[in-house]
Amino acid sequence: MSADVKMDRGPEEYAAPTTIEEAARLVFDGEARVLAGGTDLMIQTRDGGMAYRKRLVNIRRISEMRGISKDGQTVRIGALSTLTDILNNEFLVEMAPVLRQTADQFASGQIRNAATLGGNICNASPAGDSIPALLVLDASVELAFWDGGAVATRTVALNEFFSGPGQTLKGDNELLTAVTFPLPEQRAKAQFIKSGPRPALEISIVSMAFSAVREDDTLFHVRIALGSVAPTPLRAVATEAFLEGKTLSADIIEAAKDVLMGEINPIDDVRATAWYRRHLACVYLGRLLGDDD
Amino acid sequence: MTIKVDIEFVLNGRSVVASVAADLSALTLLRDQLGLTGTKLACGEGECGACTILIDGDSVNACLAYAVDLDGRDVLSIEGLRTEDVLHDIQQAFVDHGAIQCGFCTPGMIVQAKYLIDNNPKLTLDDLKRGLEGNICRCTGYKKIFDAVADAAKAGA
Repeated sequence: MSADVKMDRGPEEYAAPTTIEEAARLVFDGEARVLAGGTDLMIQTRDGGMAYRKRLVNIRRISEMRGISKDGQTVRIGALSTLTDILNNEFLVEMAPVLRQTADQFASGQIRNAATLGGNICNASPAGDSIPALLVLDASVELAFWDGGAVATRTVALNEFFSGPGQTLKGDNELLTAVTFPLPEQRAKAQFIKSGPRPALEISIVSMAFSAVREDDTLFHVRIALGSVAPTPLRAVATEAFLEGKTLSADIIEAAKDVLMGEINPIDDVRATAWYRRHLACVYLGRLLGDDD
Repeated sequence: MTIKVDIEFVLNGRSVVASVAADLSALTLLRDQLGLTGTKLACGEGECGACTILIDGDSVNACLAYAVDLDGRDVLSIEGLRTEDVLHDIQQAFVDHGAIQCGFCTPGMIVQAKYLIDNNPKLTLDDLKRGLEGNICRCTGYKKIFDAVADAAKAGA
């Protein structure tokens, strides 16, 4: 084929539904790609890494997938919330400041205005910036699908949702409609840190979120999650279990780093070596455990 | 065959009708179909901000936005800032400060600056530096760009 002939690989059908029911019916046959913010889809389809399917379903006009709310003891973030929505939401700033901290370090202003929380999760990058903070908040995702007569939903814990790089348990016939998490205990303090050569637009070399209730120097309800150290975003459950109920000391922190080294599995790539990622994960754990500022 | 979709939207204050391929970017629509070449293609992957436009008042990278998704929305590109023969205050501030070297990043810088000033009447130097993180000037003339935006912000542009 000569260089000036462009291969036509675009979708044959297009729809912009306004309700979850319409959208669920449009993806029912598994032959649709879902468009929300488009910031990942445009690049991945353009460079040939991902093919369009028969139908492009633009879900951005579904108002019931927007909004951030509290229902009893559960916080619900509509999947179409942009990172800017999360950054500016006063309720979240109050209840889960770690999400604001995360959104503040996410890409750039222009991308935060377009990219959605649901999209960042479905993209399932091991480096997905929104994911570690949601993991330490014990978040779940709501999946909706058309079961023949009505919309059905199921809920999957986020720490079970990722099955590999770019892979999740979401079926091709399903839509991720919302992220939920239990109202965080007010005594719990959570933080997120990520690394890269510059603060903006950085695919993290290592990212880490940490949450715990600290009574004097004893930790309870410990949650640790990392990005870019394994094929999927990772809850460091062994390190959490090791630290649970422990009173912090220099020895305990060093021992916790050893446990962490046993449960992460980073790789060498263009951004950093596995050795450096391990080193950085230790530094970050020390920082999150040691510095109370 | 990639489906073509008829869309209608407001571009720089005027209603526009277009037929666009479902996988077309908003940037290609503006530049190649509508002939508005002020919005620049540089990196094509959201890293540089040269293609920044406002959609419903929010700044986005036009290279990552789908043209079909502009349907029913209000779009502002760099061409929409000046009125008749008078430059927008932010444009004038860039001229006054010589905040332009090769000029390729300038349209994106100015549109992003407008977004920042529109959304924060008390824009500080730190605010605008952070707000321009998604716009890269490879001539590295940031000092004059920051001065220009700071001046425009002070004037309430």
